Amino acid sequence: MLKPVEIEACLEKILLKVERPGRYVGGEINSVVKDWNAIKTRVALIFPDIYDIGVSNVGLKILYDQINQRADALAERAYAPWPDMEARMRSGGIPLYSLESKHALSSFDLIGFSLPYETLYTNTLNILDLAGIPVHCADRGNSDPIIIAGGHAATNPEPMHAFIDAFVIGEGEEVIHEIIDAIQLNPSREDRLLALAKIRGVYVPKYYQVHYLDDGTVAHVETRLDGIANPVIKRIVAQLPPAPTQFIVPNIDVVHNRVSVEIMRGCTRGCRFCQAGMITRPVRERSVAEIVDAAEAAVNATGFEELALLSLSSSDFSYVVELVNKVSERFKGRKLTISLPSLRIESVSIDLMDKLREHYSGGFTLAPEAATERMRRIINKFIPDEEIINTTREIYRRGWTTIKLYFMIGHPSETLEDVKAIAGLCQRVIQEGRKVAGMKVKLHAGVSTFVPKPQTPFQWVSVDTRDSILAKQAILKRELKDRNIKLSWTEPEDTLLEAWLSRGDRRMAEVIYSAWKNGTKFDAWSEHRKTQAWLDAFAEHGLDPAFYTHRQRRTDEVFPWDHISAAVRKNFLFQDFRQSLEGKIRVDCRLNCFACGILPTFANARRENPGEVWKCPDVKSPARKPALELPVVGD
Amino acid sequence: MRARITFSKTGGLRYIGHLDLATIWERAARRAGLPLAYTQGFHPQPKMNFASALPLGFSSRGEIMDMRLNEDLGLKTLSTQLQKALPAGIEVLKLESVDEQAPPLQTQLVSVEYEVTLAEAVDGLKLQSKIDELMASQNLPRQRRGKSYDLRPLIEEVAPLRRPQNSSNGGGEKEGGIFMRLAAREGATGRPEEVLDVLGIAIEQTQVERTRLIFKN
Repeated sequence: MLKPVEIEACLEKILLKVERPGRYVGGEINSVVKDWNAIKTRVALIFPDIYDIGVSNVGLKILYDQINQRADALAERAYAPWPDMEARMRSGGIPLYSLESKHALSSFDLIGFSLPYETLYTNTLNILDLAGIPVHCADRGNSDPIIIAGGHAATNPEPMHAFIDAFVIGEGEEVIHEIIDAIQLNPSREDRLLALAKIRGVYVPKYYQVHYLDDGTVAHVETRLDGIANPVIKRIVAQLPPAPTQFIVPNIDVVHNRVSVEIMRGCTRGCRFCQAGMITRPVRERSVAEIVDAAEAAVNATGFEELALLSLSSSDFSYVVELVNKVSERFKGRKLTISLPSLRIESVSIDLMDKLREHYSGGFTLAPEAATERMRRIINKFIPDEEIINTTREIYRRGWTTIKLYFMIGHPSETLEDVKAIAGLCQRVIQEGRKVAGMKVKLHAGVSTFVPKPQTPFQWVSVDTRDSILAKQAILKRELKDRNIKLSWTEPEDTLLEAWLSRGDRRMAEVIYSAWKNGTKFDAWSEHRKTQAWLDAFAEHGLDPAFYTHRQRRTDEVFPWDHISAAVRKNFLFQDFRQSLEGKIRVDCRLNCFACGILPTFANARRENPGEVWKCPDVKSPARKPALELPVVGD
Repeated sequence: MRARITFSKTGGLRYIGHLDLATIWERAARRAGLPLAYTQGFHPQPKMNFASALPLGFSSRGEIMDMRLNEDLGLKTLSTQLQKALPAGIEVLKLESVDEQAPPLQTQLVSVEYEVTLAEAVDGLKLQSKIDELMASQNLPRQRRGKSYDLRPLIEEVAPLRRPQNSSNGGGEKEGGIFMRLAAREGATGRPEEVLDVLGIAIEQTQVERTRLIFKN
């Protein structure tokens, strides 16, 4: 294995031959370099896409802080090298290394991948291979690092079960310490995995056996070891820990040059298409004072020009008006752009953005998701048409010239009329805008295609076929000819790939492996799209892609991910699905608890943290012991 | 206040381009809490001026920039605050306050000095004769990005660079480096890699450091 000095010497020879070599050298402000030899447990955190995208990831930043705060552990970072660099590394025999100390990844004890979306899977395999670590778990030995992964894609870990030794289900802030402790206490690989399997919220696939029915669906999942959870229930933190402030400041221009402060986690809206809204419950908020102080500390520590206040639905933050007032006061005159994404379509949102005017010069983004009231009832994001028109008109009136509207096609029971309505609504929005602000008004319609994700009320529905998606997109392209309306869309191939990967079972693992062998990587990048390589991989293993995507599921079907629980009951999801078929909406669950399953699962945590830090009702009943072990799936 | 900063750029920062370097300085000033002056208008830019862009891959121990601040902080305060906020690889070497009305740095630049370290030492006599030939030539017609130009008038001086450490490997006849001073006027800039190419040395086999920027007067 090459030593850091040897890796550095090799890099000297190739860095000037690759695009943007600053991606590969580290040395950023706020990166942490500890004394390698004085530290017991070394962790590499990896975002399996290019540096320019990965370096600003907040999830990994949280873990980087958590680990580096320990005296007995260190965390360093690595990203996927761009193909030009990869080619040079492979021909030069340079293994993938960490940016901080330039140690080969194979010299770490633990490697943690962030998997926020599924199109990072082939990159994950490629990174392991570039690091000289066996790609399959089964081929790893005692000297290989333990490979773990977490993030929203772990909601269905099965397609990656053959490559990741252990998955973290849910939030990582607390469990990462238990994992490091387990690594420290157990010297051998097998003992480490056994210990990890016994940690709440950790899923070690090799200890679970999947049985299939003749039709290819799952019969049941059985554990191969006593004392491990089935289902594996996600971890949460009862209260959000202090927000990270020491963000890495890249030395090159990247996609998000900013500090991000998470203002709340979770969402009470219950939009039926939204996986994040289902799996990140319960809603927990930070206080305004904490957010403003963290933002200031982060801006001072980084010098960044932009601050993002992150949440799934900013308008629903309990003190959003006070927050915006305080933030704009605190940063007055400091040349800082402040972004407040995910605003609801209502006039209050415009008041909020108006207060941030000094700090903002871009457009205004809203997400109606569907263009007919019928469709918006089905997806449980109900907004009357008039509200959309009134809000957008008011945005143009107050001087924003560009509005971006997000829609999706492919919702359950969608007709071509619903698709046409997207064009109709866009035209109405811009016509109304012209009445108040003249011909300069612009509209950008971003129309993606719906993927029914695991652990959502729509997990039973099938994905639109390629032909149907193309027909719908053709309607939009035909109807939206106004030169002040810009239309963008997702290619059906990209949607289907995302769907295969997110809905797959264990048999998908070998499809992923073959596709990677066939040369796929950077699947999230349209310029690297290799659909045929994926289809070939399916064929090689005798699997039909349509089995995963174009099948209306039986109501009693056992899903490949049913032994993984986000603490939202399958029964609750199914009732919600039935209600959607009847066009019934469910209100914000702060107004009426629908018993999704969060409270019985986390009753103790809620009992110990009563009041407004959670948006769930208080738990009044006395504590029963082990409340955390309640079965919540398939009841 | 118009502060003139002489700084080094070494290590990993050699791989950071000029535009990114400007952002690094802006963020360092923001972290240091300096009252950086900005241009007016819709997209305010910090008032910073670099004498000359350093090519990617070169290190330097003599970069010079001007930074305008809305208050006079005093050189001592400025120096400590800035150095604390800069990333590893940039070091402030010299700090002075210059007249607000002084002409922009890039218009005053005349020539630039480089030291080239060779990955493998070459025969001293052969190198010297190549350099002599180069210096004796009347013109050196070259092509760069499809344009023809004469390199010779851009070369002010080229000489072998005798490094004290290099004499240990016996004989003392091997040369491990080359010194050069090239013109760096607006529209007339000599490039070290072009000179090296004439000498038959591949830029990949060298490490180039910019050592001094020379201005009018």
